[in-house]
Amino acid sequence: MIQAFAFYLFASILVAAATLTVFARNPVHSVLWLILSFFNAAGLFVILGAEFIAMLLVIVYVGAVAVLFLFVVMMLDVDFARMRAGFARYLPFGALLGVVLVAELVLAMGAWSAGAIALDARAAPTPAAVPNIQALGTVLYTRYLFIFEAAGFVLLVAMIGAIVLTNRQRRDLKKQDTARQIARRPEDAVRNVVNQPVGEGVTL
Amino acid sequence: MSIASTIKAFTLWDFVKAHALTLKYFFKPKATINYPFEKQALSPRFRGEHALRRYPNGEERCIACKLCEAVCPAMCIVIEAEPREDGSRRTTRYDIDMTKCIFCGYCQEACPVDAIVMGPNYEYSVETREELFYDKQKLLDNGDRWETVLQANIAADAQYR
Amino acid sequence: MTEWFQGTLGYGFGWFVATLILILMIALPLMLSVAMIIYADRKIWAAMALRRGPNVVGPFGLLQSFADGLKVYLKETIIPSSANRGLFILAPILTFTVALIGWAVIPFGPKMVLADINVGLLYLLAVSSLSVYGVIIAGWASNSKYPFYSALRAAAQMVSYEVSVGFVLISVILWAGTFNLSGIIEAQRGHIFGFINGFGLNPLLFPMAVIFLISSMAETARAPFDLTEAESELVAGFQTEYSSMSFALFWLGEYGNVLLMCALNATLFWGGWLPPLDWGPLYAVPGIVWLFAKIFGFFFIFSWVKATVPRYRYDQLMRLGWKIFLPISLFWVFLVSGYLMVTRYGAFS
Repeated sequence: MIQAFAFYLFASILVAAATLTVFARNPVHSVLWLILSFFNAAGLFVILGAEFIAMLLVIVYVGAVAVLFLFVVMMLDVDFARMRAGFARYLPFGALLGVVLVAELVLAMGAWSAGAIALDARAAPTPAAVPNIQALGTVLYTRYLFIFEAAGFVLLVAMIGAIVLTNRQRRDLKKQDTARQIARRPEDAVRNVVNQPVGEGVTL
Repeated sequence: MSIASTIKAFTLWDFVKAHALTLKYFFKPKATINYPFEKQALSPRFRGEHALRRYPNGEERCIACKLCEAVCPAMCIVIEAEPREDGSRRTTRYDIDMTKCIFCGYCQEACPVDAIVMGPNYEYSVETREELFYDKQKLLDNGDRWETVLQANIAADAQYR
Repeated sequence: MTEWFQGTLGYGFGWFVATLILILMIALPLMLSVAMIIYADRKIWAAMALRRGPNVVGPFGLLQSFADGLKVYLKETIIPSSANRGLFILAPILTFTVALIGWAVIPFGPKMVLADINVGLLYLLAVSSLSVYGVIIAGWASNSKYPFYSALRAAAQMVSYEVSVGFVLISVILWAGTFNLSGIIEAQRGHIFGFINGFGLNPLLFPMAVIFLISSMAETARAPFDLTEAESELVAGFQTEYSSMSFALFWLGEYGNVLLMCALNATLFWGGWLPPLDWGPLYAVPGIVWLFAKIFGFFFIFSWVKATVPRYRYDQLMRLGWKIFLPISLFWVFLVSGYLMVTRYGAFS
């Protein structure tokens, strides 16, 4: 009973939040609704017994990605009138995407209810006694090791690419070098001038 | 950066030293007094809350010359005056707006009869703004309350005036 | 206790009532300790500046926080007319809630934990990454420039330090072999020479302990890293437009987070509810006392740092997070996993 209640609670909030993400007028509100829907998705994962994925969803998406989303969206100066202007022009494209998604959903549902895929025949059946981090790790680092490594490698390449594309060395700026500032000692900066005749001044 | 300073940076040596220093101070006796229970000695010239003084026979000193009103840089003093029944010139109104006062002490300096003085009291916080608009009665009451201290302070400071 | 309630009230409802009571058993003492810890913070800070600190309300000023609470409670809640009303009110509630929910997985003693979940540490990482939302939403909803600057700073700061915190946690997890906090504490029993409890004195993990301590100050935006409320630049940061109880909730949430981080430091590196030495008579003292002593010890360090170190400049903060802590902690994960591969899992043999 509790499971059913929790499922319908999370699921309905998820759907409502996702809808509001699309329809909210204010982009910041959109991002906040998106965060709420991430949360409820995490709740659904917990109910499914996939607590590791749920936590990763919260840490990675809510904790980092959505913060950066919010960061960017808050600083955007969005002109709503101009955003709405292209609505009719992009409508067919958007509708096409929607149709594709719906078709895929229907296909997935149909395949599921056809019952051809037995749960035990899946690549990695969920073991009952082992916590699912361990189960996931066992599969990930044995059977799918190369795919996992390849995914990591792709991400590394993407990261290096992003750094290379955005890193500009500007030589015309005077920048603070914290390490040098910290390393500076009084001996480097202060000179004691004694017996200087009046009116001569000090050589710098 | 030399090797020594690198090692120093990575062992957080400067932080450790600084924290040892603050820990030493943590156990030192306090530099401040235990304020509401202990108070510091005040100079006789201390400029605290205002008071209007009386002569020993109960006659109020103020003769409504309005010098304090004129000298007040914050313009917080308002005086109205008319002759009393016995013909002497007295104030009918003597207001000080304590929210405006800057405690410069010019009123005290200007007063030819030592009527308006600034007393040693500095604990007169109130809960509403209106209570800080002092009228003549409040100031005279202050004078009556602090008279002995005021007298002693004026006597102590007289030789420097 | 849960079983007893389930026996008398039926399975589902009994579980609900029992959990509710357990939550209150954690949350209410927590509120009390937050009040007292604010007092302790002020006293410690004052003592290091040779001042006395609060000394009037109650004996030695012990009731100062309650007087402050009463004062704040009696103030008017002001919502700026151009603020985003709903989010403006939501932000302090969010901060406060997030500060409380982390305590669900902290073990207070053997078997004394509200939710003994497998992914306890990940849960805590998730919760600590949520604490930034209160600040960001408050800063944006205030519709005022200084709170907004503060929100941007908070977002960048917390995301930066999350990364190195993650790596530190990974090295602890590698050593303990579990994400479960009770399991991590058990793994620390007799960790050094079979006698001293706690990962902290392990030479391979000690640098991680230090990095985690410093990062937890940055995560909670405490003294040397309190750029989100740098009063010399940003008035009061994200709290500028807040008053009354909404302000008090930020205050409580902030200190609740600090206590949570102290508890986390104690749990991950210094043995949690285990006594410092694995020696029979020390176990006579209940585990919760050891844990509280450790939490207070870490809180003392937090206050001590606050009294000693001046605020970082923003670029220094970012440099520390990305250029120093991230490489060191990443390298240390390699080091720890390599060491464990050789000694525990017998690589090369």
